[in-house]
Amino acid sequence: MKAYLAILSSRFRILIQYRAAALAGIGTQLFFGVVRMMIFDAFYRSSSALQPMTREQVITYIWLGQAMLLLTMLAADTDVAAMIRTGNVAYEMTRPIDLYSLWFTRALSGRAAPLLMRAIPIFLFAGLFFGLRGPASVAAGVMFVVSLLGGLLLAASMTALLTISLLWTISGEGISRLAPAPIFFFSGIAIPLPLFPGWLQWFIAVLPIRGLIDTPLRIYLDHLAGADAVAALAHQYIWVLVLILAGRAILARGLRNLVVQGG
Amino acid sequence: MPQIVVENLVKTFQVAARAPGLWGSFKGVFKREYREVRALDTVSFSIEQGELVGYIGPNGAGKSTTVKILSGILVPDSGLVSVMGRTPWVDRVEYVGKIGVVFGQRTQLWWDLPVIESFDLLRDIYAVPENKYRAIRDELIAMLDLRDLLDITVRQLSLGQRMRCDLAAALLHDPELLFLDEPTIGLDAVSKLAVREFIGHLNRGRGVTVILTTHDMDDIEALCRRVLVIGNGRILSDGTLSDLRASVTRERWLTVDLADDASLATFADPDAQLIRQEGRRFCLAFDPKRVSVPDLIARIARNYSVHDLFVENPPIEVIIARIYAQGHAEAGGARASPIGRSH
Repeated sequence: MKAYLAILSSRFRILIQYRAAALAGIGTQLFFGVVRMMIFDAFYRSSSALQPMTREQVITYIWLGQAMLLLTMLAADTDVAAMIRTGNVAYEMTRPIDLYSLWFTRALSGRAAPLLMRAIPIFLFAGLFFGLRGPASVAAGVMFVVSLLGGLLLAASMTALLTISLLWTISGEGISRLAPAPIFFFSGIAIPLPLFPGWLQWFIAVLPIRGLIDTPLRIYLDHLAGADAVAALAHQYIWVLVLILAGRAILARGLRNLVVQGG
Repeated sequence: MPQIVVENLVKTFQVAARAPGLWGSFKGVFKREYREVRALDTVSFSIEQGELVGYIGPNGAGKSTTVKILSGILVPDSGLVSVMGRTPWVDRVEYVGKIGVVFGQRTQLWWDLPVIESFDLLRDIYAVPENKYRAIRDELIAMLDLRDLLDITVRQLSLGQRMRCDLAAALLHDPELLFLDEPTIGLDAVSKLAVREFIGHLNRGRGVTVILTTHDMDDIEALCRRVLVIGNGRILSDGTLSDLRASVTRERWLTVDLADDASLATFADPDAQLIRQEGRRFCLAFDPKRVSVPDLIARIARNYSVHDLFVENPPIEVIIARIYAQGHAEAGGARASPIGRSH
């Protein structure tokens, strides 16, 4: 356990050195937050029908979503990709640690470090200027933290799967470009999931992708409360478990047929 | 029981074969043909605790594949491996905690971290107790002269510096067994000597078993009492360097520097073959069983005006090249029989 914590903290320390990237990211995320806010503002002004979410809820959903954007930007670990391309992955295997746990740990720090650096400033900024509200209740706040952690674990287990796919594809370019498309659509980062048409809802509800940000956001808003919130948390954590087990099985298979590039 | 036992190890790789040119690439889209390459073909050997074994062979012979199987990275098709009573690819996590591995062409240090932080991280990964870690680390720092490198990020190290750090990194957890895959590749003369001296010290002083693959025959001559030669996935020879030499040839070389140009064109001896000539320097090969060294020297000194002469063994490179050539010739036919020491 100590080994994984040490790796987590060292990765974390390396990643928080990328301040320019974080600043640029904050700028972009604020810009797109304003654009999305204006679009939904226009939508609510032009419609008199009763919507599944109020205008205020959508504003908070959008801004908290922008703060948590990094949970939806999933791609294979570029360092592992380089290791596989050059054959350095051989060294990863000569360490007395479980390779899946190692890659999962890397994915976790790879999500957590930049998330933290961007989420807090955006959260504060949007709270002060754009109408981002606090959690609906103390209970909602506590459950939000649990589901945020769930979203982080989900993002890490999905990233680990993308990384493991490198054992077959080697370059990872393709899968890292394909993955964002369904995630962008079904995570709620484009349109809040409750606003999707009814006939799509069951499909969205089954997919793990909604666990990334939609579940935490709606718990925060009390849009999911009580039994619904608990069910959403269960959905999130069950998917984490499933993806971890699947990742382990696929990795074990990949390692049996491992070929080290470059002799 | 020996520390390492390898029996009938076989490993094949699938290589996608593609016809050359545009048409070949086009066909490859629809129908891919795979060729099977036997990297290891029934390899067997055993190594005792505390040995320093050179494992040599031409490029593509199967050296690195063997090392990767022994260090738990690759899974063989068939065969038995027992290292310290364990099967590397089965008990990988537990097993690799007891061995050290250095791949000369790669680094296990973290590119973005200062050397010392990489060391600390390895301490946590290998769960080395703090006291033991400090003692080993400080000893390695002193032996490999790393003091001035500790604060530098790995990406900024020269190749020689990095290799010294990599050697230290592989030893922080005090392994009983060390695999070195071309540790001197690309190093300058001074760094090579430092690395060589360190490996020798480690083996003699601490009793660490070392398996060294290299293309540098000076490494082998300086360090290895025993040499395993592999070619085309098979062990061609296993024994001491002198056994190896004796098995290939009895031949010795005599180098003669003539004092003047008078007999340049006619220089020859009935019992020796001319290998090469550079100006007044002649290099001759002879069989000591046919003509004794004193007789040969006396005869040449009598017939020609000699400035200087000396007798030597053929360089190890020449011996090895002949074994490779023999192995290649035999690969198509009967199985190469091990020469010298066998198990």
